[in-house]
Amino acid sequence: MSTATLEPRVHAQRTYLNADYGWKSWLFTLDHKRIALLYLVSITFFFVIGGSFAVLMRIHLTEPQGALVQPETYNKLFTLHGIVMIFFFLIPSIPAVLGNFLVPLMVGARDLAFPRLNLLSWYIFIVGGAFTLYSAIAGGVDVGWTFYPPYSSIYSQTHVTAVAVGVFITGFSSILTGLNFIVTIHKMRAPGLTWFRLPLFLWAMYATSIIMTLGTPVLAITLFLLALEHLFHVGIFSPELGGDPLLFQHLFWFYSHPAVYIMILPAMGVVSEVIACFARKRIFGYKIVAFSSVAIAVLGFLVWGHHMFVTGQSVYAGLIFSLLSFLVAIPSAIKVFNWTSTLYKGSISYEAPMLYALGFIGLFTMGGLTGLFLASLATDVHLNGTYFIVAHFHYIMVGGAVMGYLGGIHFWWPKISGRKYPNAWAALAAAIVFVGFNLTFFPQFILGYLGMPRRYAFYPAEFQVLNVMSSAGATILGVGYLIPLVYLIWSMRYGPVAESNPWGATGLEWKTPSPPPPENFAEIPVVNEEAYAYSAQAQEATGD
Amino acid sequence: MTEAEAHAQPAGLAHQFGDLEQQQSAATLGIWVFLVTEIMFFGGLFASYAIYRWLYFAAFEGGSHVLDIRLGATNTMVLLASSLTMALSVRSAQTGNRKATVIFLIATMILGGIFLGIKGVEYNQKFVEHIVPGLDWSPEGTVLSRLAPGGLEHAQIYFFFYFAMTGLHALHMIIGMGLLLWLVVRAHKGAFTASYFAPVEVVGLYWHFVDIVWIFLFPLLYLIGGRY
Repeated sequence: MSTATLEPRVHAQRTYLNADYGWKSWLFTLDHKRIALLYLVSITFFFVIGGSFAVLMRIHLTEPQGALVQPETYNKLFTLHGIVMIFFFLIPSIPAVLGNFLVPLMVGARDLAFPRLNLLSWYIFIVGGAFTLYSAIAGGVDVGWTFYPPYSSIYSQTHVTAVAVGVFITGFSSILTGLNFIVTIHKMRAPGLTWFRLPLFLWAMYATSIIMTLGTPVLAITLFLLALEHLFHVGIFSPELGGDPLLFQHLFWFYSHPAVYIMILPAMGVVSEVIACFARKRIFGYKIVAFSSVAIAVLGFLVWGHHMFVTGQSVYAGLIFSLLSFLVAIPSAIKVFNWTSTLYKGSISYEAPMLYALGFIGLFTMGGLTGLFLASLATDVHLNGTYFIVAHFHYIMVGGAVMGYLGGIHFWWPKISGRKYPNAWAALAAAIVFVGFNLTFFPQFILGYLGMPRRYAFYPAEFQVLNVMSSAGATILGVGYLIPLVYLIWSMRYGPVAESNPWGATGLEWKTPSPPPPENFAEIPVVNEEAYAYSAQAQEATGD
Repeated sequence: MTEAEAHAQPAGLAHQFGDLEQQQSAATLGIWVFLVTEIMFFGGLFASYAIYRWLYFAAFEGGSHVLDIRLGATNTMVLLASSLTMALSVRSAQTGNRKATVIFLIATMILGGIFLGIKGVEYNQKFVEHIVPGLDWSPEGTVLSRLAPGGLEHAQIYFFFYFAMTGLHALHMIIGMGLLLWLVVRAHKGAFTASYFAPVEVVGLYWHFVDIVWIFLFPLLYLIGGRY
């Protein structure tokens, strides 16, 4: 190991981590890299909270009549699990942590365009999270993460307003992050870094930012109206008061379907970076993959009605939404095919980030294909409201988004922390996550197909075997998530010191020391090559 | 970047930008993206309004006839005038005319204050007439009592939109007034020059946007049903 010789030199360097000390230097920082770490700690906290709700649910469902909690409590558990995981973990996960850290580095800039807004977005996130945690502690909320009225606005006796306010506030942190990324990618690219030289992660971040800025305000106004109806009992959504509940669903899904792409597009960006690096090849069909991100962002806004096939929406609207939902599968499939083609004849190495990326491709493909079952009008009537839906979106959000997030964390951890983690443990954890995930959620496809409805605290006795399998899988999955938490924290102090480019990857973020100095680059870099110029890199190496 | 290094740069230039031109264009793009989010924010309200106006047109028409069109029209004039003074203050900042910038900013604030004052008078009338949805709703004494059975309930939805839309608009005005005050202080201290005026321009765009929202609100709320 060359650790001993490297260490003194690295410690002498001024990095964003040692430039300043004390809590003020973190809570008042304007450095995008430190703000990324603030987000990392916060969303890890929310992930543990949301995960513990899931653990309680899976324990409860080991017995048909329910093993642990009252049905009312169960309703609160699945509601809070959904709200915390979606709004406080998945949506900020890759954009606010990896995006915050990497967007300025990848474009070759000293920071995001608006550092103060960036810090403000974190404070807004924390305030929104505080409202939501308060409501969880004060007695919870039981309306489902979808807040459907009239139950949420008129009948529920739980803390609907506090949670709605929490989600409303948090939305603005998402808007500010998206705005910052759009402006940074447009205006702050280094000399020579044209749009088609951008890493695909940036294209994914750009597409995500479009959704964040266009969609989130609609959710905000929807929750605003819902809270007013809840407080003043004036009918906007509740039919008893002259309102229209379908209007709420239209407005809600106008944001919340594209929100799925806020969660999955960044993960796709991570996978593009990781696949190219560990196959040592330029991504096959770079431009198509780049445009497919934008296509997903645009088409994603036109498919929300597929959540409402059985709600009394017009049949003709249902037909159109079904067709459009099939169309949005095309850009997603393009990505999967192009990643696979990139692997063809690549020199593949199976480092931990690559294992997560390969896991992503398999699980996302399953999640995407089962989505087509639900986009078909006839099959959706049978599968809607069952565990098939639960399994489908967990394949996308956990199998896709969380795998992508973990892959990204592992890929850029040496850059973020300046340390390496033990690769064997990381590979083992990736394998455990993959196995645990499938054991948890594959049985739920079968349960749903057999007709077990979601959101019930009880189920018929014949479903017990599959439910116990699912709960057992959740245990394995939990272990798989705990292991990285341990070795990543361990590595911050004891891990071998990372050089500036430990994976031999392309991209500007690898051309600056690990961890980067506060100003990112000593000199603003000039770019004169395509993204993923791995073949040029290999020629240089052999030409020496 | 240390303080000493930052001082070596032109006044007003943040460390992450290469030059003032880049900073200016980033700020302008930023405010435009922000305004797009605002359009989506108000857009959800406008879409909901459109649906209920289509469902309950008679009640919306009746509700509209309760509003005082003279006050609404006056406020429209006041806001348009404030947009003019705002544009003039941006122009003055661009030409480096400090005194004119401050005067036009203060004029904009005064006009904004008049708007909010008139809006307050209108809100007060609604409380006097007991047509505040949810809080104080007993409209039997108004022209609304002529509505068909069930119409009163629907008129309440109209007034819900009236308060939600004009209330959010007024909130944006109040935020704008705060931003203007901040600009007045900075402009008075001479922070803006012919090469650095981005904050004035950005706040100006915001102010114009808030005016435009009112240009849509006025006909949608006050001018339904052709009573004049």
